[in-house]
Amino acid sequence: MSCYLTSGKHLNLYWAFGTVLLLLAVTAPVAMTFGFLGAMAARSQHLVLRLIGKGYTAMVRGVPDIVFFLFFVIALDQGIEYLNHLIRCPDWTDPVRNGLEFRVCPEAKVPLGASEQWVHQFYGFMLAVLTFSLVFGAFAANVLYGAMQAVPRAQLETAEAYGLTQRQVFRRILVPQMWVYALPGLSNLWMILIKATPLLFLLGVQDIVYWARELGGAKTQAFDYPHPDWRLYYFLFLLVFYLAFTRLSEIVLNRVSARLSRGQATAAGEAMRKAGI
Amino acid sequence: MSCWQTIGDYAFRSLGYGERLLPRTDFTLCQQFTLIGSGLIWNIYFGLVALVFGFVLANAIAFARASHSPWARKPAEWFIFVFRGSPLFIQFFLAYEALQMLPRAGIDVFGITVETAWTTRAWAGALFVLFLNTAAYSAEIFHGALRSIPKGDLEAAEAYGLTGFAKFRRIQWPTMLRLAWPAYTNEAIFLFHSTTLVFFSGFPAFQQRGDALYYASYFADKTFNPFIPYPIVAGYFILLTLILIWGMGTVNKRLNRHLPSNMAGKIRLRPQVIR
Repeated sequence: MSCYLTSGKHLNLYWAFGTVLLLLAVTAPVAMTFGFLGAMAARSQHLVLRLIGKGYTAMVRGVPDIVFFLFFVIALDQGIEYLNHLIRCPDWTDPVRNGLEFRVCPEAKVPLGASEQWVHQFYGFMLAVLTFSLVFGAFAANVLYGAMQAVPRAQLETAEAYGLTQRQVFRRILVPQMWVYALPGLSNLWMILIKATPLLFLLGVQDIVYWARELGGAKTQAFDYPHPDWRLYYFLFLLVFYLAFTRLSEIVLNRVSARLSRGQATAAGEAMRKAGI
Repeated sequence: MSCWQTIGDYAFRSLGYGERLLPRTDFTLCQQFTLIGSGLIWNIYFGLVALVFGFVLANAIAFARASHSPWARKPAEWFIFVFRGSPLFIQFFLAYEALQMLPRAGIDVFGITVETAWTTRAWAGALFVLFLNTAAYSAEIFHGALRSIPKGDLEAAEAYGLTGFAKFRRIQWPTMLRLAWPAYTNEAIFLFHSTTLVFFSGFPAFQQRGDALYYASYFADKTFNPFIPYPIVAGYFILLTLILIWGMGTVNKRLNRHLPSNMAGKIRLRPQVIR
């Protein structure tokens, strides 16, 4: 049994959990950055910036996120290759879009056709990370925009009355105060992000779903396993993993929320004061 | 080939009527619009049926969760925890694999053979998963609303002599719905969005009868051009979302009709709040 569970492919499965955690670790801060920039743009005085920001935040409303996942992976890939093509081969005359084909010069392929397997995998993973960040950045922009609007106007006016510039008001008053309003939305978003990680499989990354299917199946393309179809048990294992992960996140986020609400002039803070915590 | 002819051939392709073969070369815009729109029938089917049945189950679970008896409360809490805590994608896979394990020949119940093959088909299996999933999410919303019914309303009902089922039917349940409705609208929208996952998870598309996204990714694969099919899906879904918001808004108006207009809860799509 222990021999079965430590076979090479199982080790790949365990590493895939690392892939998922890595995706979360990279995506969360990058998406927060995108979201912050998006929210700032949506609040901007400048019309063009505001339109960009509003458009970005409106993106995820109304359209299923999986459409964006499928779209961005191809669109980003082709966009990168096309830019590379323009730089590397300026004297290439054939049209890039020829009928049903998308063809750039061989030097512009990303990654290069001759590069090793891990480079291709890494590139695929990076594309997935970028896609996740773009989509979840739009969600985060929604949350942060709402949080910025929720900071009491009187706080900002007081700061202005003290002679702070717009930039100072933003940095010293608005941003420090908005987190308590943003936290419920952001923790919700973190849960959604965790639950969206199996979609990596759709983006062509060899993640836990891929290996669970691969290992559980009675036969793969290459060879037959001696066991019957065990995919059900592998997926049950994944289910337990996700349940434990979301539960753990919930507990941690509740603690953070309690910590942030302490002494705040919100309903939660008032309840804590009355309870004498 | 004119566009009307294409519509005639492919409008119900996703249900298995009309032309059998999908276009392979010379893709026209008309074909893409028609086939993707044809796939949208599945999205609407999954969304509507799961929503209607899920609503009933969600009410039951929300009240079970609020019950004092642990025999009702614990199972409800676990149901909500399992379905809200795990990805829908994994739930689809799991359900498919579990349904596949049912004996192929059918199960004998008192001499009558119950067919099981149909359960692995998307129209039944995926619908079942979506139904349970939306029931869990909606139950959580309803439970939250149930807990935030103003104490005064319940006390006033008791003062009028309403107790038991009459109090539930005339005060508790309508107030719960009224409070929950804006959040429930969001849940409904997300449910329609998650119907796009069906044919990308365990459930295979039988004879290439898929949903809107299935056909869109078919076109994107064949033409290497994601810039046409995916925006078409996006457009269809925006339309669907607008119709849904309008429909739920009508119900919301009816639920709030006794309130002065400035106190009625407004429906806003807030993707950050739900799921």
